[in-house]
Amino acid sequence: MFGIKKDFVCELPKKYYTLSDYEKGVARWCPGCGDHAVLSAVQRLCREEQLPPEKTVFVSGIGCSSRFPHYMNTYGFHGLHGRAFPVACGVKFRRPDLNVFVITGDGDCCSIGAGAWIHAIRYNMNITTIMFDNQIYGMTKKQTSPTSRIGTISNTHPTGSVLPPVNPLQTSLGMSNVSFVAQTADWVPGHLFATIKAGYEHPGFAFIKVIMRCSKFMGPLVEEMTTNRDAISILTHENGILPDDGTLRAFRHHHVHDPSDIDAARELAEDKEASYLGLFYQNKEAIRYDLYGAHNLGFTPEEKIAAVNAQLDKYAV
Amino acid sequence: MKEGNGSLATPSPKISNRLTLKEHILEIVSDSGEGAQKAGQSFGAVSAKMGNGVWTVEIIPADIQPPPRTKESASGIRIRFGTGKITNAGDEADVLVAFNEIVPYTRIEQNVYRKGTIVLIESKWATDDSADIRKSYANAIQDFKDRGFVVYEIPMEEECLKLTPNPKKGKNMWVLGMLSHIYDRDMEKAAAQIEYTFRSKSQAVIDSNLKLLQAGYNWAAEHLDLRYEVPAIEAKQELVVMNGNEALSFGIQAAGIELCSMYPITPATSTSHHLAECIQSSGGIIHQAEDEIAAVGFAIGASYAGKTSVTITSGPGLALKTEFLGLAVMAEVPLVVIDVQRGGPSTGLPTKVEQSDLLAVLYGQPGDAPKVVLAPSTIEECFHFVILARKIAESFRMPVILLSDANLATGVQPFPRPQLREEWLSPPVDQSPWKEGVTPYGWDDKTGLSQRPIPGQAGGEYTLTGLAHSAAAKVTYLPEINQKTSALRSRKLATFGRTLKPPKVNGDNEGELLIVGWGSTRGAIEEAVGRAREQGASVSSLHLHFLSPMEPGLKEIFQRFKKVMTVEINYSDSLDDPMITPENRRYAQLAWLLRAQTLVDIDCYSNVYGQPLRPGDIVDKIQQELNR
Ligand SMILES: Cc1ncc(C[n+]2csc(CCOP(=O)(O)OP(=O)(O)O)c2C)c(N)n1
Ligand code: SF4
Ligand SMILES: [Mg+2]
Repeated sequence: MFGIKKDFVCELPKKYYTLSDYEKGVARWCPGCGDHAVLSAVQRLCREEQLPPEKTVFVSGIGCSSRFPHYMNTYGFHGLHGRAFPVACGVKFRRPDLNVFVITGDGDCCSIGAGAWIHAIRYNMNITTIMFDNQIYGMTKKQTSPTSRIGTISNTHPTGSVLPPVNPLQTSLGMSNVSFVAQTADWVPGHLFATIKAGYEHPGFAFIKVIMRCSKFMGPLVEEMTTNRDAISILTHENGILPDDGTLRAFRHHHVHDPSDIDAARELAEDKEASYLGLFYQNKEAIRYDLYGAHNLGFTPEEKIAAVNAQLDKYAV
Repeated sequence: MKEGNGSLATPSPKISNRLTLKEHILEIVSDSGEGAQKAGQSFGAVSAKMGNGVWTVEIIPADIQPPPRTKESASGIRIRFGTGKITNAGDEADVLVAFNEIVPYTRIEQNVYRKGTIVLIESKWATDDSADIRKSYANAIQDFKDRGFVVYEIPMEEECLKLTPNPKKGKNMWVLGMLSHIYDRDMEKAAAQIEYTFRSKSQAVIDSNLKLLQAGYNWAAEHLDLRYEVPAIEAKQELVVMNGNEALSFGIQAAGIELCSMYPITPATSTSHHLAECIQSSGGIIHQAEDEIAAVGFAIGASYAGKTSVTITSGPGLALKTEFLGLAVMAEVPLVVIDVQRGGPSTGLPTKVEQSDLLAVLYGQPGDAPKVVLAPSTIEECFHFVILARKIAESFRMPVILLSDANLATGVQPFPRPQLREEWLSPPVDQSPWKEGVTPYGWDDKTGLSQRPIPGQAGGEYTLTGLAHSAAAKVTYLPEINQKTSALRSRKLATFGRTLKPPKVNGDNEGELLIVGWGSTRGAIEEAVGRAREQGASVSSLHLHFLSPMEPGLKEIFQRFKKVMTVEINYSDSLDDPMITPENRRYAQLAWLLRAQTLVDIDCYSNVYGQPLRPGDIVDKIQQELNR
């Protein structure tokens, strides 16, 4: 009728989501735990990006940090210790319309989930991963983590841990098809938010390592990390993460680093003197496995039946 | 050609008319890589297409590249074909085609030949350059004769050399031609089969194989007086021929399952190979994960997001999937798990048949983890049970495990072509707004059933968790909630069980002995029971397709028989073994379950030779039990 298309839909004004639309319950982390800060930053991101809660899924493993999805008023999957990556990849594979986040701890990611983690990097699906690195097992009460510094006193190494830690940045940067590696810290809110936002906007698998405070079990380390500002250097580059002025003022060491330079990124990741906050590496052209996964969606029942019948023909007597 | 040594046990081959047989069992055994399987598969397919009942099983070497002319190198195929329906691999073979004199010994050790088995053996070894080989060959031929085999020495390579410089590559098709003459196979169908088998090769390769086929046929016509006829019955309906793993692949697609997430493992992998070839054309995809844990996690993620998925594996992989299976039970995620069982424990016997995962799938998860377990008993059921499994998984919001095994996986059998239906396909993912006031686990107290929100459904947002949780999906440690939700998850099984009918008894409804089986052994058990009944034995059988929950009415059926005994391919202690008493005896897996479920004193007959059960052995066991 009068050229109006049959499937014409009148665009209704969209609902505007406020912060409270993303909040659920009271987070049961210790006071002073860094996890609270990440939760706030992520809720802010959701509001800023206006992510529909029903189209957003937070997948986590097990640990203090992995309780995170319970505090988001979106869809969530609080699964098994170390197994957030395969679940998240499965969610995304045939549902490209969903915004998928992975929340994982240093034990969850770098120890029990290490195999899944490096393969998730290689799959490079459009997923934002936030790895809460408090260098300890919080949930199970202070055991050595794979990222604990050598000599860390814990309940499993009362006289100090004996092995050098895994370096998650270096490991990520060493994996083929890596596409986004960044580091931030929970107590630098402007940088934390900017980093998570950059990860969310990255078209591929964003690996964000957040240096975390475990106030309960890592008091002295927290003290050292938060007071010794000279140990931290902020990465700057026009293609990197642009932190707010407050962050730039708070830390006097800045380092210009081009995030397309993987060799330089690896050197920074190896640096034992300084912790760099910012974007280590980004490659928007890396092969995306989620595009492969979703390349043949939406067959009609007739198409499916016809295809199976055509195959059956080859087996017909 | 040298003549057969003749034997009274076989009909004299020196007759020119064809001898009509009800069925025959043929084996082709070669060194790994010489193509015995291809020849046998083609023979089986041609026979099925002619209307014969057929069952084929592969003889697979355990190593990838075993040294030639060794027992380890034996690779081949058994084809049992007949006028009526064939449901299992049968007893001893009637004919053996051997490409050298060593490889038959693997099978001789497995007792698969009898006095009178006809052996058609490659004769080139008699004139080999190596004196050792000549001697080995001569000794073996003598030994075969001493065992009562009827030996024909066939110049396979010599004949092939007339047509191809590389007879190692084409000998199998020459053999197919020879057998086609012996059994009067339809040569047009055989040629079409060759064209299909080599469809990805060049026309020159196809032509060369067609020539070899014809040459083998002509040679047999001129030189061999072995002529049999196994009449075929024209099928009334359209049939398809495939093995159990291919049937699973078809079932997955006919169920509208869009994702198969797997990690390669024998004997499950060939399903994935088939899927990899076709599932994209029917709107699905296959994901090869980094390990079995990731494979099942990936499938659960997709299922959670509304696309109920399948993961396929075998014993060792099943072990790795355990923790995720518990999660799928606890968090009520639909999931189809296919376990193509093999010999275990550990890496076990990768290519051999065993039914040893029943208790593992039922009780392998720490904590109480009720789930549905199905076992197809035929290749046709491999197809239909996947469709059923997806429906149950979604309706009952739980994992459904389908237990196949190496016997079904490699057995090839014709069955009526499935008439695909739209209602078999999974429905589109529901993205309508979630009903207000309904919780994500709003359990119905009576049935345990609930509706699940799927990401994308506005208002249904919840966080799935493997921790104990309330109807609102809130983590809770309240003792009464854990007790109640455990009961609700268990109740779903009882609810599903109400939809099942008591199983039908094969044979009389009462009598001396009832044999109970499950899974792939059905063909052999029912054939054995049929034979024993013809001999006057009071024996019946019962085959279970649902292992959890079990079909109802079992106790009542069992009570009508003096003795009940399971027949299974898994381990059980024998009362004759040292140290074993009726008190400490460990039973076969179904026997354990039935004893617990029915309080009937059920016996078992089981073994782990890695071979499909033979009807003849079951008949012997039946007679032995009845004569006690
Ligand atoms: C298979 C399995 N093994 C062990 C555990 C016990 N467990 C729970 S959380 C955890 C460690 C968590 O440490 P991390 O990932 O660093 O998280 P955090 O609590 O520090 O945030 C362990 C070992 C478990 N839940 N599952
Ligand atoms: S134990 Fe540590 S990581 Fe866990 S909530 Fe407390 S402060 Fe945070
Ligand atoms: Mg930790």
